[in-house]
Amino acid sequence: MSEDGSTLVRIRDLHFFRGSKHIFRGLNLDIPRGKVTTILGPSGTGKTTLLKMIGGQLKASQGGITVDGLDVGKLKRSALYELRKRLGMLFQSGALLTDLSVFDNVAYPLREHTDLPESLISHLVLMRLHAVGLRGARDLAPAELSGGMARRAALARALVFDPMMIMYDEPFTGQDPISMGVLLELIQTVNGALGLTSLIVSHDLKESLSISDYAVIISEGVVVEAGSPDQLENSDSPWVQQFLHGMPDGPVPFQAPAPDYQTDLFGQQSQVAGQPVAGAAR
Amino acid sequence: MTDFLQRFGRSWLSMVERLGRATLFLLHILGALFSLVKRPSLLVRQLHSTGVMTLSIVLVSGLFVGMVLALQAYNTLIDFGQENRVGTLVALTLVRELGPVVTGLLFAGRAGSALTAEIGLMKATEQLSGLEMMAVDPYKRVFAPRFLAAFLALPMLAAMFSAVGVMGGHLVGVEVLGVDAAAYWSQMQNATSFTSDVCNGLIKGLVFGFVVAWIAIFEGADCIPTSEGVSSATTRTVVYSSLAILGLDFLLTAVMF
Amino acid sequence: MNSRAIEVLVGLFMLLFLGAMFVLAMKVSNLTSFTSTSGYTLVAKFENVGGLKPRAPVAASGVKVGEVSDITYDPETFEASVTLTIDNRFSDAFPLDTTASIYTAGLLGEQYIGLDPGAEEDMLQDSDEISLTQSAIVLERLIGQVLFSRSGGS
Ligand SMILES: Nc1ncnc2c1ncn2[C@@H]1O[C@H](COP(=O)(O)OP(=O)(O)O)[C@@H](O)[C@H]1O
Ligand SMILES: [Mg+2]
Repeated sequence: MSEDGSTLVRIRDLHFFRGSKHIFRGLNLDIPRGKVTTILGPSGTGKTTLLKMIGGQLKASQGGITVDGLDVGKLKRSALYELRKRLGMLFQSGALLTDLSVFDNVAYPLREHTDLPESLISHLVLMRLHAVGLRGARDLAPAELSGGMARRAALARALVFDPMMIMYDEPFTGQDPISMGVLLELIQTVNGALGLTSLIVSHDLKESLSISDYAVIISEGVVVEAGSPDQLENSDSPWVQQFLHGMPDGPVPFQAPAPDYQTDLFGQQSQVAGQPVAGAAR
Repeated sequence: MTDFLQRFGRSWLSMVERLGRATLFLLHILGALFSLVKRPSLLVRQLHSTGVMTLSIVLVSGLFVGMVLALQAYNTLIDFGQENRVGTLVALTLVRELGPVVTGLLFAGRAGSALTAEIGLMKATEQLSGLEMMAVDPYKRVFAPRFLAAFLALPMLAAMFSAVGVMGGHLVGVEVLGVDAAAYWSQMQNATSFTSDVCNGLIKGLVFGFVVAWIAIFEGADCIPTSEGVSSATTRTVVYSSLAILGLDFLLTAVMF
Repeated sequence: MNSRAIEVLVGLFMLLFLGAMFVLAMKVSNLTSFTSTSGYTLVAKFENVGGLKPRAPVAASGVKVGEVSDITYDPETFEASVTLTIDNRFSDAFPLDTTASIYTAGLLGEQYIGLDPGAEEDMLQDSDEISLTQSAIVLERLIGQVLFSRSGGS
């Protein structure tokens, strides 16, 4: 595999199973360096799973992922940990450690991985907290934060090590318009100012597309469409149109796979009629 | 019938699989214990949340169990004119059996369930994944300190339970029922051996601590990361720990005494 | 809770544990009373030890001075050989002609060894043998004797 400098994450022929569920079926994807990339896809397609695989928490059953030229699945534990220090991940819930204050949460990676003096740690942490607007909330416990604040605190923590890439897992889900705007702004400034790569997983289309350079739609374990937001908007694939415009029925059917409606109804009715007592007892 | 056999076979297989997973998990934790040498503060924090938080319930229970034992022993022994031996009965029962066993059951209910719930919630709220993504090993930072703390706290609590129970026995036997104080203590001393009774009781406590810590932490780390998943894992911790304590107690007693 | 408070509480917890171990060792169990290391040993041979058990008390004038550390059968003399461990506080306290007897505390109580000092000038030393002994009174034998003498007398 030739490594070309403009690609940070390269995914080739990725297969992955959860139990008997075939989640990825030959996924191919390149994530460009220094850009904001959005991965779109319905719930349960495996977006979170994909981020965890990029971080090396889950191993592919077949195919591979390289991050900055390193094959994540084949790295030794120590090398993997070194790589993870250069990746930031913002979990859906923020994943702040509940028994530490906001300040200690942000300081946590520094205290774990460095021997910096406390004064310097405090300096670094306050800088990050200031950047996300939470310098005043440093002594709060995670439970005292609103959802948006928790995500900002988690962003400060993800930034504390100056990573080369940040992965955001559904950062906009469940946010009010103001915190949504704040997060969008933050992601954009962080990407621009620090020159890092951003990978956003989302199903909030408009918001995420508005700040993305590149977008990918995943479904059924493969990439169904990739391109700039404009290209996606103008795609004539019925699938993409359904997804982008939120049409209830289309290639993704409204109904979960089920036997024929008529026979289902008819069959059930006759059953109830045949066993009235058992039916009522249930 | 074949359907039943199939289901039986499958559930048996999944049980064996779970046991295997739990064993690997345990080995992984044991391997991570060394990291605590560099971070003893983690252990202290966990000793607080497992040991100190269980202390009051253990002391109160110990006192009452000792008092009840003295009362029962007195009522039986008085018929043989042997009421001087109340102390012997109280001490041996506590040190050999009730200290470790009752403490173990209380510990499973109080500290074990809390451990499972805490770890389960850390999993459900992605804190464990978050640690991994920060290049922090949850085995070293989360599981190992909790395991060691629970393992050590249980025998310590059991010793306190027995000591308080003996005082409770003194309270009822000597102060209330009028057994001679000197007889209470000297009969107890004559019959109780430090090496074969007190130390064996401590060993029981260590074994129970090991098992409860293992079950509680594994159930937390292995739970389905939803609210029902965490709550059923918590229940399983209490049930499995209690059964394991009682079963192991029989085995240990058969071997030791 | 701040880490200082936690450390203090855990420290108290450790102190409580040490206190409990102290109670269990010193008050509840026999660690304080004489163990085989902290005393000197005497040997006494008995024809019959009855229900005497290791760790049974050894008393002189009703005061506990030591304990039985070992009981074996001596195939040369066909007697029971009992090793007594006497606390060092009572060294040079028992004349050579001290008698060791097995008594029973109460009718059903445990058996213990009573030492009755004699009148000799020289004292028993470590590993000496007490030559004057009185075996345990075995209830069955006593009853047997009574019955035998009765039938012999009539
Ligand atoms: N720990 C797990 N064990 C088993 N199945 C899981 C687990 N986590 C997720 N899954 C399954 O994997 C699929 C993908 O999950 P996920 O990556 O969370 O989807 P998304 O983030 O796109 O909503 C889902 O169908 C989910 O049920
Ligand atoms: Mg997800």
